[in-house]
Formats: sequence, C-alpha cells, structure tokens
Amino acid sequence: MIDTDLSAWVVIPVSLLLVLGGLVTLIGSLGLLRLPDFFARVHGPSMGNTVGTGSVLIASMLTSSALAGRPVVHELLITLFIVMSSPVTSMMLMRAALYRNKVREEKQQAARAANAG
Amino acid sequence: MRVPPLLTLVLVAIWLLLNNTIAPRDILLGLLIAVLLMLAAAQMRPVQPRLRQLWVAIPFTFVVLWDILKSNWNVARIVLGIVKDRRVVSGFIDIPLDLRDPHGLAILAAIITSTPGTAWAGLSEDGSVLKLHVLDLRDEEEWIRMIKQRYEQPLMRIFG
Repeated sequence: MIDTDLSAWVVIPVSLLLVLGGLVTLIGSLGLLRLPDFFARVHGPSMGNTVGTGSVLIASMLTSSALAGRPVVHELLITLFIVMSSPVTSMMLMRAALYRNKVREEKQQAARAANAG
Repeated sequence: MRVPPLLTLVLVAIWLLLNNTIAPRDILLGLLIAVLLMLAAAQMRPVQPRLRQLWVAIPFTFVVLWDILKSNWNVARIVLGIVKDRRVVSGFIDIPLDLRDPHGLAILAAIITSTPGTAWAGLSEDGSVLKLHVLDLRDEEEWIRMIKQRYEQPLMRIFG
C-alpha cells in the first residue's frame, strides 16, 4: 500500500472514474474484436479516446490537486493533444480502407470484363 | 507582420500548463516564446481564421461533450449486444454542407471522428458533400439534421 493522506471525498470519485475509464476502454477494445467490418470497427477505439482517457485524466487531476493542495490541471494538455491527433489517425485509416475497397472493386470489374470478353 | 492575439494567448496558456505555474516570470517568458513562434509561423499559415461569434463556442463545447457521452453509451450497448433484438445496420451517408471555412471543417472533422458511432470518411472534391460512416444507421434524415443543426450551424456562426 502506498501511504497517502487522501480523504474519502477524493478517493471515492477517483476510484469510480478509474473503473469507468477502464470499463469504457475495455468495451471499446471489445468492439474492435466484435464488430463485423473495418468501418464499424473504427468506432470502437474512439470510446477509449474520449470517455476512457477523459475519466483517467479527471481522476489524475483530482488526485494531484488533492496531494499538492492546489489545482493541478496540466492534464488538460493531454486532452488537447489527443483531440488534435487521434481523429487524424482514424481519418487516414478510413481513407486508406475506402481507397483499398475502390481498387479491389476496379480489379474485380476488370477481371469480369476480361472473362466476358 | 500581424500576430493573431487569440492563438498567441492559447500558446501562452499551453506554456503555463506545461510548466504548471502562473508566476509572472513564466507568463512573460511564455508571451515572448508565443510571439516569436507566431512570427515564425505567420509565413507558413496564409489562411487566417475569421472569428465572428466566438462566445457560441462555450455552449457548443458542452453540446459536443454531452453528445460524446451519449454516443459512448450507445456504442457500448451495440458492442455488448444489448439493443433489443434488432439488427444494427451501419453504412455511409452523404451530408450536404454549407460550411466552407477550413478551420470550421477541421473542427467538424475532429468532433465527428472523436464521437464514437460516427466517423468522417471524406469530403467531396468541391467541399459541398461530406461522407460519413455511421455505426447505427437507423434514420438517415435524422442524422443529417443532427449534424447540420447541432454542429454545422454553431460552427458557421463561429467562423464566418
């Protein structure tokens, strides 16, 4: 056990937030496994990116603020950087998958045309 | 050369958050760094945002946060399979857009993609049609109305 002097008023919400964040991220990852196709699976990880990291960061802010005895909010920066970077990744994956499907369709059409002709 | 004031303030805020301080010395140093960075960046960013009704951003932030919470719940139910015996059909929808400002579009893209259940799949060549992938595509009209009213309208009020 780490010896801290945090009051229950901090410990309880922090624990709840950590459990919530963990659960939401787990369900999101489960989505990555269970959803039927690529485009549907894109939606899973964004749960972890939003509510998942969000609750962990709020828990971190509460803990550090309580320990330091003053507001500690630089976790907000992590939120900012995630908001700026993670959509770019999933948009690029999305575009790549669309492009791959298009190429595949064109190939199939070409093959069909070759068979017919 | 003009230094955009708002972006400079944002940079100072980031500097202060990174250092976790509000001491006058750090504010001054942050301002200096921000102004220098803005001067350096001015040559690379020819498109300046025109901010009109910036205060709209405050209620808009809460609308977006609420929607993200709600859609997390909805997607969680779909993943866990508790959606009352109906098949969840996902697919693409095309949304006609009136928003043209690149900054507004960037924010719209970030919001739509960060929200579980909707993902940005591309903008048409002329920027008039937005293609979205929606996980739970029950009512196409409803989604179009939602995106246009809840997101596009406020963004158009912020970026003229």
